[in-house]
Amino acid sequence: MKGWERPDGRKGIRNVIVVAYLVECAHHVAREITIPWRDQDVHLIGFPGCYANQYAYNMMERLSTHPNVGGVVLVSLGCEGFNKRSLQRAVSASGRPVETLIIQGDGGTRSTIEKGRAIVEKMRAVLDEQPTVHVDLSELVVGTICGGSDGASGITANPAVGRAFDSLVAEGATCVFEETGELIGCEGHMASRAITVELADEITRSVGKAARYYETLGHGSFAPGNAEGGLTTQEEKSMGAYAKSGSSQISGLIKPGDQPPSGGLFLLDVVPDGEVRFGFPNIADNAEIVELIACGCQLIIFTTGRGSVVGSAISPVIKVCSNSDTYNRLAEDMDVNAGTVLDGTRTLDEVGKEILDAVTFVASGGKSRSEELGHQEFILTYKSFEPVGPACLPTSRITAHHKAAE
Amino acid sequence: MTDQYDARLLLLHPDDNVFVTRAKIAAGDSLSIAGNHMAVAAAILPGFKVARTSIRPGDSIKKYGAHIGSATAHISLGDVVHTDNMKSDYIPTYTEEKITEYTSGRKIS
Repeated sequence: MKGWERPDGRKGIRNVIVVAYLVECAHHVAREITIPWRDQDVHLIGFPGCYANQYAYNMMERLSTHPNVGGVVLVSLGCEGFNKRSLQRAVSASGRPVETLIIQGDGGTRSTIEKGRAIVEKMRAVLDEQPTVHVDLSELVVGTICGGSDGASGITANPAVGRAFDSLVAEGATCVFEETGELIGCEGHMASRAITVELADEITRSVGKAARYYETLGHGSFAPGNAEGGLTTQEEKSMGAYAKSGSSQISGLIKPGDQPPSGGLFLLDVVPDGEVRFGFPNIADNAEIVELIACGCQLIIFTTGRGSVVGSAISPVIKVCSNSDTYNRLAEDMDVNAGTVLDGTRTLDEVGKEILDAVTFVASGGKSRSEELGHQEFILTYKSFEPVGPACLPTSRITAHHKAAE
Repeated sequence: MTDQYDARLLLLHPDDNVFVTRAKIAAGDSLSIAGNHMAVAAAILPGFKVARTSIRPGDSIKKYGAHIGSATAHISLGDVVHTDNMKSDYIPTYTEEKITEYTSGRKIS
């Protein structure tokens, strides 16, 4: 596998330029800047809110300094609350080229688009000359998510991803799974997989927080259709989603934007802290994908039964389909058919290997289906989080200790 | 528990005491598990659980190698395991009352 080495030591499997709007008012201009390069790794990201939000700022900083990102163009209207100077400094300090355009000072829509396109053209030429380096499986950070699930997701695609995760973790890679709200009922099992008892407590607490949060929103997870599909209990349903995590030990609990400090399996807590303030934790699958990417994931494995077609800005998305009907209907959109497990032509282990092969292919520069089709969805909304406590990341102490010993 | 079983059944984890059906099993079909052959009384749809062993009331039901609830009745090898004979051991808000309510009057068919 090949990629680009960044000054912080991390490696990207893509060399993307992100054009980021810092308020919805700058969205059109930013999008117009990207259009001539729509197939040349120039991606549009942004935050629509006019009022500053620490979470959104942190996310934008993590995304703009993501290993898959080689250069950044910030597009501001001028009067929004987003701290553009701080973001520009952070990107610059990361060793990446960065330019900020301010529509109100740069002569309005047309002029800012022209300036932006000229900047991207130069930046693209520079980035295209950057040398590539070897990337090892152990240097990958891989996230997983499920969306548009069906009755087969929990018995084919999700456990197959779990097997791929087990192989990746065994190779020293970092794997991230998420959505504590879909893991209600699995906290006891998750706690038993934690590498320390303190981490086990934190995991249990994070699921309790998710249960309270969704209860306040009036959302139970177990629906009548679940029982009709053969699921009997909440914990059984959650296990279907949880199966994506595989069977490795859990090395830590992170929140959106946190970088896992070591290889291993990490749980991403996407449910905001404090009282319910900004509505649904994540309004659609892409919001969760963006949070996984902000944690450093260079690629995402997405399982679906009904047939989600999304991709993402910044990191490629690999689709694993749970059943052959959907796969055959949407074959162009799917990377792996886990429905073969139901058909009896493949075992879960074999599909796990197919997923691992797809990861290696995409991390070697091969395009995933959604990437090939030009999917670059992106969502970022208001949220609030408290930082994780020290018990959530036991391996950061181990890593620090090892570094000290070296 | 190493055993031969019907190709329409899927074993998700070696510690499990239930299989998951990967295809529809029609009423009257014969189901074979570990050398036993059982006639299926009512059709079983894909995604349902079938007992891999005899299970006593109160026993843990294991799927994915994890505890997903407890048996509420004696379950024989080859029986469908669902709301009639198992329950959640999870927080009450999410469990039996609601599930029973959701499935009341509905039989597996």
